[in-house]
Order: sequence, then C-alpha cells, then structure tokens
Amino acid sequence: MEAKFLTMFKEVLEITDRELLLEDNFRDYEEWNSLVFLSLIAMIDEEFDVIIEGRDFKQLKTNAEIIETIKKLQS
Amino acid sequence: MALITFNNIGISALSGAVPSNVIKNYEYTEFFTSEEVKDVVDKIGIVERRFANADTCASDLCFAAAEKLIADNIIDRSEIDLLVFISQTPDYRMPATSIILQERLKLASTTMAFDINLGCSAFIYGLSVVYGLMQTGCIRKALILDGETRSKVYSKKDRRTAFIFGDAGVAALIECNEKFGKSCFSFNSDGSREDLIKINAGGYRNPSSAETVVEKVVDEFGNIRSDEQGYMNGGDVFNFVIREIPKDYNLIFNYAGVEKDAVDYFVFHQANSFINGYLAKKLKLDIDKLPSTLEKYGNTSSVSVPLTIVSELKNKLDSQKTLFLSAFGVGMTWASAIINVSDCHISEMIEV
Repeated sequence: MEAKFLTMFKEVLEITDRELLLEDNFRDYEEWNSLVFLSLIAMIDEEFDVIIEGRDFKQLKTNAEIIETIKKLQS
Repeated sequence: MALITFNNIGISALSGAVPSNVIKNYEYTEFFTSEEVKDVVDKIGIVERRFANADTCASDLCFAAAEKLIADNIIDRSEIDLLVFISQTPDYRMPATSIILQERLKLASTTMAFDINLGCSAFIYGLSVVYGLMQTGCIRKALILDGETRSKVYSKKDRRTAFIFGDAGVAALIECNEKFGKSCFSFNSDGSREDLIKINAGGYRNPSSAETVVEKVVDEFGNIRSDEQGYMNGGDVFNFVIREIPKDYNLIFNYAGVEKDAVDYFVFHQANSFINGYLAKKLKLDIDKLPSTLEKYGNTSSVSVPLTIVSELKNKLDSQKTLFLSAFGVGMTWASAIINVSDCHISEMIEV
C-alpha cells in the first residue's frame, strides 16, 4: 500500500525525475499547490475509498502521515 | 428527513439571459502569468464566462429573461399570482428585489412576491417552495426569477475564485397540470461547514467599515482579497461534494422509486469540470445524458441548473422527459430532484 500510494501521488504531482519517500514533507514539494490537493483527494477516494476531512488533512505533513490516515479511515 | 413529493405541478416554460460581455479565461492574465492561468483553467474547464457591466444587476438579467418568457408564451400578466426572486446578489439590502421586479414586470399588486437567498442549490429549493404554494390550488401561474452576478462578488486577485464564476439570469413559468405527474425532492443543510464559502463582512455580524474594504494578502500563495469579497476553500468543497452528493443521489432514487435508467437528463450544478467530471465518473453517469455549460458560462451559482437546461436542452424537452437535478454549495446546502417535463417551451437565450 505504501508503494502504491507513493506511485499514485507521484503521478498526481506529475513528477518524473525522482522518487517520493515516505518521510518527505509533501508541502515542501515545489509541485504542491491547491490544485494538486484536489487531485490528491480524488486519487485517495478512487484508489483507497476514503475521504480525508480538510481539517484533518491540515494536520498532516509527511507522506507517511497521509498513508497512516488512510489506513485509519479504512479500518 | 426533508424528502418531499408533489403532484401535477411543473415547469412549463423557461428562458435565460446572459451579459453580452464575454470573458476569455485563458486571456484573463491581468494579475497572473499565462502559465499560472493555464494551470487553473485546464483544471476547471471553464473557457469563457459572461460578466455583467457595472450598471447591470442580477434583476436586470432576470427582467430581460422574464419579458422574453412572457412574450414567447403569450402569458397574461394578470394571471401571475406568485413571483419568487432567487439570488445572493440582490439590488439592495432592502427592499427585496422581487418587489421591484413585480412593478417592473407590471404585475398586479395582488401578486405574492418574495426573495430566496441561499446560493448554488437555491433553484431546487425555490422550485419546492413554489410547488408547495401551488399545491394549494389557489395560485394560477408562478414565476421563478433566478439571477446572479457572481463576477461582482469575488476578487480578481484570488486565483481560487478568479476564474470560476459568471453571471446569468433565468425565468421559469410554473403551472399546475396533470401531465407533470409526480416530482420528488431531497433537501439538506450543514452549517458546520458555513466557513467553506463565505463573504465575511458587509452583513450585520461584521458590518462594512473602512477596514473591511481593504485588500489583503490572505494566504501563502499570495492571493489577495478584502473581507467584502467572497472566498472559497475549494479542496474542502470538493471533499464535501464527493462525500454527500452520491449519498443524496442514491437516497432520492430510492425514495422516488424511479430507476436511474428512466432519467433522460442529469442536470448538475455547474461547479467546475474537475468536480463535475469526478462526480460523473463516481456515479457512472452516461456523458450523453449530462448537459454542461461550464465551458461557455462557468459557474453561475444558483442559475447554473436552469441555465444549463435553457442552453443545452432547448428543443429536447418537447415530449415527456424525466430530469434529475442536483445542486450544492455555499451553506453548505445541497438538494436534488426528480421531475418530469412535458412540452416545456424553452426560449432562445438572450444577451443583455
């Protein structure tokens, strides 16, 4: 699931020249913006069948934290 | 639960008016670079919008649409017993704009007239209010005038909203007739999300002052607006839509006992292509049954559902058709309806 998320998120960000790491702070990505946020929500809904509330998402900093939140919502 | 059924009431005619001033989004680069604009416009799929000029209000667009409706359908003005004006961009804070329109349209002073202020879902709410009054059998003809000039609400320097909204007005004639059969509605509200789309100042909680009209940088992206201008938290709105709208969609079909295949057209609030496209995919809707005016008129708030019918379904509603309507937005509020139309006369769109 970790690998799947990172691959999908990389596509959402349209990054081709490097790999994403679990510990990355996604808000520091140059490609991160409010438009990418929309695509990320859609991707998470489509691929993992959960919706992360905006107020919860605001607390998240790293890719690992997003994955942890998805797992929590799935269980 | 606000699930409501009406019988033998429906929309017998519709007309629409848009400003003649076309805004081309890809060229809307006064405050942002072409590249920034392209990123946003590609995503929201809104290529053109219409902006009313400084002297034109939502009521003026509705007035033009109403005169067209009355002329095209040879409506006897003395038979109009009810006039409802739907808008969040009224002429004044008081009096209600519907009253001004009663006089401009030369309707009798025995006409019942009032405004509904609600936002994007308001046309469906307004339909139910009018249907409810008509169910009494005491009202011969009703006019719903629904108009917005959202171009005057949002900052041109806030990229979250600068490219989305446009202006338009519609007029709908509502009548009782057995040909309409059953119509079903579902209504919802969630005030815990009242801060997702909002104009903070200018009401009585935060009255207008020298301070409220000052433009400020409001976020880390450098977007600029004043407290008198609207803002929208697009990400949270999207979250809300994909969570709530599919639920309401399933709820109303179950309630109405109508098969989804029996619907001829699914008319959604025109939010933006990203939201509407994702919703269509999630609900597995047939694109041929999904009329859209996003590309040419953008998001016109409460007007978008009837405007899309006027623009895209003209000459397609001659025989008996079943429409699914769904709208959502500021509040948050959301509503859906399954209605029948039969020989619905749709006027040619007019430019003001």
